[in-house]
Amino acid sequence: MRKTLLNYLFLAAAGLALLAGAVKAAEPASPAAKTVQVNIYNYKFDPETLTVTSGTTVTWTNKDDIPHTVASSDKSFKGSGGLDTGDSYSYTFDKPGTYKYFCTLHPFMMGVIVVQAKGD
Amino acid sequence: MDKMLREDEVKDSERRRLLKCMGWAGAGLLWTMKGGVLRAETLGLGALPTTAGADFSFVQISDSHVGFHQAANPDVLATLQEAIAHINGLSVAPAFVLHTGDVSHLSKPDQFDTAQQAFKTIKTDTMFFTPGEHDIIGDDGAEFFKRFGKGSSGKGWYSFDYKGVHCVCLVNVMNFKQGAMTQLGDEQLEWVEQDLKGLSSSTPVLVFAHIPLWTVYEPWGWGTDDSPKLYTYLRRFGSVTVLNGHIHQIQQKIEGNMTFYSARGTAYPQPQPGAAATPGPMTVPAGQLGSYLGIRQVKLVDVKGPLAVTDTSLALPA
Repeated sequence: MRKTLLNYLFLAAAGLALLAGAVKAAEPASPAAKTVQVNIYNYKFDPETLTVTSGTTVTWTNKDDIPHTVASSDKSFKGSGGLDTGDSYSYTFDKPGTYKYFCTLHPFMMGVIVVQAKGD
Repeated sequence: MDKMLREDEVKDSERRRLLKCMGWAGAGLLWTMKGGVLRAETLGLGALPTTAGADFSFVQISDSHVGFHQAANPDVLATLQEAIAHINGLSVAPAFVLHTGDVSHLSKPDQFDTAQQAFKTIKTDTMFFTPGEHDIIGDDGAEFFKRFGKGSSGKGWYSFDYKGVHCVCLVNVMNFKQGAMTQLGDEQLEWVEQDLKGLSSSTPVLVFAHIPLWTVYEPWGWGTDDSPKLYTYLRRFGSVTVLNGHIHQIQQKIEGNMTFYSARGTAYPQPQPGAAATPGPMTVPAGQLGSYLGIRQVKLVDVKGPLAVTDTSLALPA
């Protein structure tokens, strides 16, 4: 009887350990670790509207022969400095919401990052 | 323009192309003041303009973009130096030299320093500056004003009098909002109103800023949203001259007693308003550039279509 109980306890502990391991192992594959690219080309953000899950890192890369910037329209996220040709800027969006941004050098260049909660 | 460019069959070597590019992009504008009337002449082509009989003259240069290194001009320092050589070749040294912004390409200290070293070789007593949007990236112009903001009381704008002309430097690169043309902002407009208040209406007024103070082409942001309010303070004056850079080309508009002039840069050309998908730097192919040089005045007379302004060319060198 005592032996059986010990066995159960052992199995339960092993099971918990397995479960914990499984959760840990799953993390790198979850959307949280994702990086998504936005190209800046021909005076446009491409894609202009990007939908991601929270925790996603967005990387903008300037492929134009003129500098651009990424600036939050309502200062809700930290923007880039001047991005020269080939320069990149990354920002990780942790909170769900709609983030509008534009280029301060060319204010008619606009983009939107829509951040959804995980599991939406 | 296209029709005329096609007629040009000249094939230049890459070296000649670059030299022509330098001669063309390196042009400045010489302004002469005679009896309260400002007159503009382009520098960089043919005979040098004469300043004989003028009350005084000054030179406007613009858009040096030191730090730019793309195909449209791989050596913007050389073209800036070319522009300076033209200024220093004038028979009468200009009373002052005005730089209407985008000294640097990315507001980097070394870019400002390189430009400043070049400016020191200009044979003139004084230089006046207003920043372009490329001069205030990331630091609201701290590095720019440290070097070029003398007398601007911290905000960048200032005024001074020179031989009876009231000169007003405005800053229109600090108020960018998404999807809109830039603004001078209420604080600056109130300052202008006060600054001009005590002046007699017969005082010639010179206003300069980086971005055009009239709407050249809204889809590219080539205008200043709240400039109509500025006009209400300027209209009573008999002679108002408004100078700007930003669009790397000569444009002109006359509205009542106000004349607006946009200057070429010393770095690279940009397309005419709406003539390309984007306002990006224009790489001028060999052959076409020579034709462009030769027909500059005509080309501007021929501007039609998307422009919402009445354009006339500035005079070729006298």
